[in-house]
Order: sequence, then C-alpha cells, then structure tokens
Amino acid sequence: MRQIGVVLGALAFLAICWWAFSPKRKKRFEEDAKLPFADEPESIEEDAEKGDSRSGDKDGAKQEQGHEK
Amino acid sequence: MTTTVAETGKLPDYDYNIVRQFTIMSVVWGIVGMGVGVLIAAQLAWPALNDIWQPFTHFGRLRPLHTNAVIFAFGGSVLFATSYYVVQRTCQTRLFGGWLIPFTFWGWQLVIVGAAITLPMGLTSTKEYAELEWPLDILIALIWVAYAIVFFGTIVKRRTSHIYVANWFFGAYIITIAFLHIINNLEVPVSAWKSYSLFSGTTDAMIQWWYGHNAVGFFLTAAFLGIMYYFVPKQAGRPVYSYQLSIVHFWALISIYVWAGGHHLHYSALPDWTQSLAMIMSVILLAPSWGGMINGIMTLSGAWHKLRTDPTLRFLVVSLSFYGMSTFEGPMMSIKTVNALSHNTDWTVGHVHSGALGWVAMISIGALYHLVPVLWQRKQMFSVKLINAHFWLATVGTVLYIASMWVNGITQGLMWRAFNADGTLTYSFVESVIASHPGYVVRWLGGAMFLTGMLLMAYNVFRTITDEPEEDEVRHDEHLPAAKSA
Repeated sequence: MRQIGVVLGALAFLAICWWAFSPKRKKRFEEDAKLPFADEPESIEEDAEKGDSRSGDKDGAKQEQGHEK
Repeated sequence: MTTTVAETGKLPDYDYNIVRQFTIMSVVWGIVGMGVGVLIAAQLAWPALNDIWQPFTHFGRLRPLHTNAVIFAFGGSVLFATSYYVVQRTCQTRLFGGWLIPFTFWGWQLVIVGAAITLPMGLTSTKEYAELEWPLDILIALIWVAYAIVFFGTIVKRRTSHIYVANWFFGAYIITIAFLHIINNLEVPVSAWKSYSLFSGTTDAMIQWWYGHNAVGFFLTAAFLGIMYYFVPKQAGRPVYSYQLSIVHFWALISIYVWAGGHHLHYSALPDWTQSLAMIMSVILLAPSWGGMINGIMTLSGAWHKLRTDPTLRFLVVSLSFYGMSTFEGPMMSIKTVNALSHNTDWTVGHVHSGALGWVAMISIGALYHLVPVLWQRKQMFSVKLINAHFWLATVGTVLYIASMWVNGITQGLMWRAFNADGTLTYSFVESVIASHPGYVVRWLGGAMFLTGMLLMAYNVFRTITDEPEEDEVRHDEHLPAAKSA
C-alpha cells in the first residue's frame, strides 16, 4: 500500500513537471503569462490604429505608483 | 495565435463596487485587529491592563478576538476584494451571481460584528481559529457557498480560454476552506450559544489541526499566492518569471499542505506514525514554498531599479522574503527534535507573526496600494512618501516582533528543560516568565510600529479617495465603463 502510494505520487509529480515543461507547450504558457495585461486598453487597441498618446508606453510601466511627486 | 484572449474589443463593465467595499473594510478591520493585538501584547508586558473592564478585557477573551479579526476580518476582506478583482480582470467578464455578491459583503461584516460581540463575552467553542459558536458557523458556511458560486460562476462565463494561475490558487482556497470549516465545526448545539464537537479526544485534536494548519496553508498561503501571481507582475510591469513553474508550484503546494497538520501535535497522544508523516510532509513543503517565492521575486529580474522608487512594489517583494523566511522556519520547527525545544514557547508566536505580519499583511498592503488608485481612478496614491514611511514602519516593526520572540522562545525552551544533577528542575516556571519580560516590551513596540503604519495607510487611502483630483491626477489608463459610471 505504502509503496504504491509513493510510486503513484512520484509519477503524478513527474507527469505534471513533464506537462508543464515540455517544449511544445512553452509558447502557449508564455502567452498565458501575459493574461493580466491583456485587458489594459493599450493591448486591446494594439490591433487598432495607434497615435493615441497614452498607448506609447507598452511595458505596463503606467501601473507604477512609484514616481515621487 | 494567442490562446489567452478569446475575443478582443470593448472591455466588460467590471463590478468594482464590491471590490471598493471590501477594500475599505480591509483597512478598517486591519486597524481594529492589529489594535487589539497591540493591546494584548501590552497586557503580557503589563498585566494590570487585563483589568480595564473585567471580564471582557481579559487576555483569554481578547486573544481569540485578535486572531479572528486579523485572519478573517482583515485577511478575509483583502481576499474577497482581490479575488473578485482578479477573477474579473483575468476572465475579462463581470462578476456572476446577482444578489449573492452583496450578500457575501454584508454577511461577512455581520459575522465579524458577531465575533466582536460573542468572543469578549466568553462564548467560544474553544477550537483555535474556529472559536465562533454554531450560529455564526452556519452563517459563514452560507456565505462561503455564495462566494464559491460567485467566483466559479465568473470563471465559467469567462471570455478568455485560459484560467490564469492566480484564479487556480483562489479556487483551491475557496474549495478547501469550505471543507475545512464545515468538517471541523460539526458540532451538537445544546443551547443558542453552546455546542459540543461531534468528535472527541485525539480524533478531535487531529481534525482541529488538520483544519488549523490548512487555514494557514490555504487561507493564509494559497490565497495570498493568488494575490502574488496577479499583483507582483502588474506592479512590476512584466509577466511572472516562469509560468511553467507556477503550474508545478500550484499542484505541489496543494497536494502536500493537507498532510502537515499533525506537526501541531508532536509528542501527544496522536499515533507516532502520524506525527512522523506530518513532519516529513512539512519538510517536503519547503520545496514548493521556495519555488513559489523564487518565481515571485525573479519576476523583478531586469526591473530591480523599480524597487528604489516604488514602495508599493517593495511591500510586495519584501513580503516574499518574509514568506521565504517563515516557510524555512516552519519545516525546521516541525522536526520533532526542534519542536521539543520550540513547542509552547514564544518562538511559535514569533513564527506565526513572521508569516502573518511579514508575508500576509505586507502582500495585502502592497495589493491595496495598487488597487486603491485603480478603483477610484487616481493616477497614484495621495502620498507616495507616506507609503514609504508605512513600508519602513511595517518592516522594522515585524523584525522587532520576530527577533524578540526568537530570543524569548529559545530562552523559555532552554529554561524549561534545564535539570540539576539530582534530577530536579533548575528553574521554576515563573522565572522563565520574568526572563521573558524584556522581550514582551520589545514585541509590543514592534506591534505598535506596525499599527502606526496602518494608521498612515488609512489616512493616505482616505485622502486619495476624498480629495478632488487635479486634471493631471485622473487615471486615464484604466478607462473602463464601470469605473466611469461610478
């Protein structure tokens, strides 16, 4: 019983690691990681025309509050 | 070929009202809960303070009020606010649930007020972190079911194909807390405010600490990791360091945490194998904990310079350092030989607060400083200098707290087990209490500094919300329909 549990637990862990780190899913996860930024106006407008002055800064630095007044 | 955003276009009409309500109450309950904490810390240093209004102000009655207020009132409000915010913004859809949404807010406030009345009256089921009596337990269960419907309903109607990792952590927390709360509070009511646990003896103790440790694991860890996976990338302006690691982090953390509760019952009547299993699982837990911490901190690689100017980001990152520290300390203390020294001493209290102040409160504060300008459409907080002052008060306060408790804890542990050559105890118990007195004063000072920081925060939040914004202070990058109409 105990040994089966250890083996199954280890297999489950290795399976998750394999699934997460397999190269063919790398690109997909890189896209998924950008999800928190996907609903900012500038990423919505990305396809649309540019020229709006506030879409100039694309790296999300606007989220900062840290500039001293 | 993006897999995340199913459809672009007009942004949904986010429900920010509920997030604003919980955000305000987080600050209020934070001050109340930590204020009671400072009072009971003072009572331990100067016992005469127990007599302000006996029996209601006795340490034994105020201590559960403090723990319930900081964990469930402050921490709970932060989690409601952030989970409702994050699930909407990463699913790009409005909250699901209609009247259930305000029910979670008003119901939760009612539970908190109920706790603030019943606990000082001495009405308690005596289970640590589950002291509330059965009528309040039932109300909590109803609110929690409503919370689950709102949260998972929102995920079901999402406009994105992928469920962002923060929502996985929030989801695990909601489901697990429902199980823990309902099972640990199975009790037989004998009158309106008195009940007896359905379990007895060792079984009762094991179920209590299965609950107690997973309240730490899922309420105070998994859920706040959900905050980390959204707010650290947002504040740093870059995606999380490794999304793949976050997936392994999630599955490893949730599958190991549930086994660790037995380490609260070392050298008790609990079967020896159960204690050893809990010890081993606790030590293994170091790996996913540190994996998550590294993932959060490395998100800043290439953006370290932002820490110089952005105290909000500093709150988030320093909270991760405290998380790393307390998740190293925890597994170490769960080792039976170390536990033989640390058990029942102030070391445990210090460990809890290194997690509670350093990790939970500081990541919450960072998230709130990020949220307030967004929710009230301001470019930034009223005063960044005050955030900076708050940061240093919180950091120094936490360090004073945990350092004094280490000294006290090790002193107590060594004094209690010191023997003379003839087998008698070297010290009486009261001698260890006298030796602890300086540490209690330092601890009170650290807590008072932390509380002062929270008061600065309240003022800063108040001014941010109420000051009429200048033209250039209005936030334009969050031009959302919901925010406009408010």
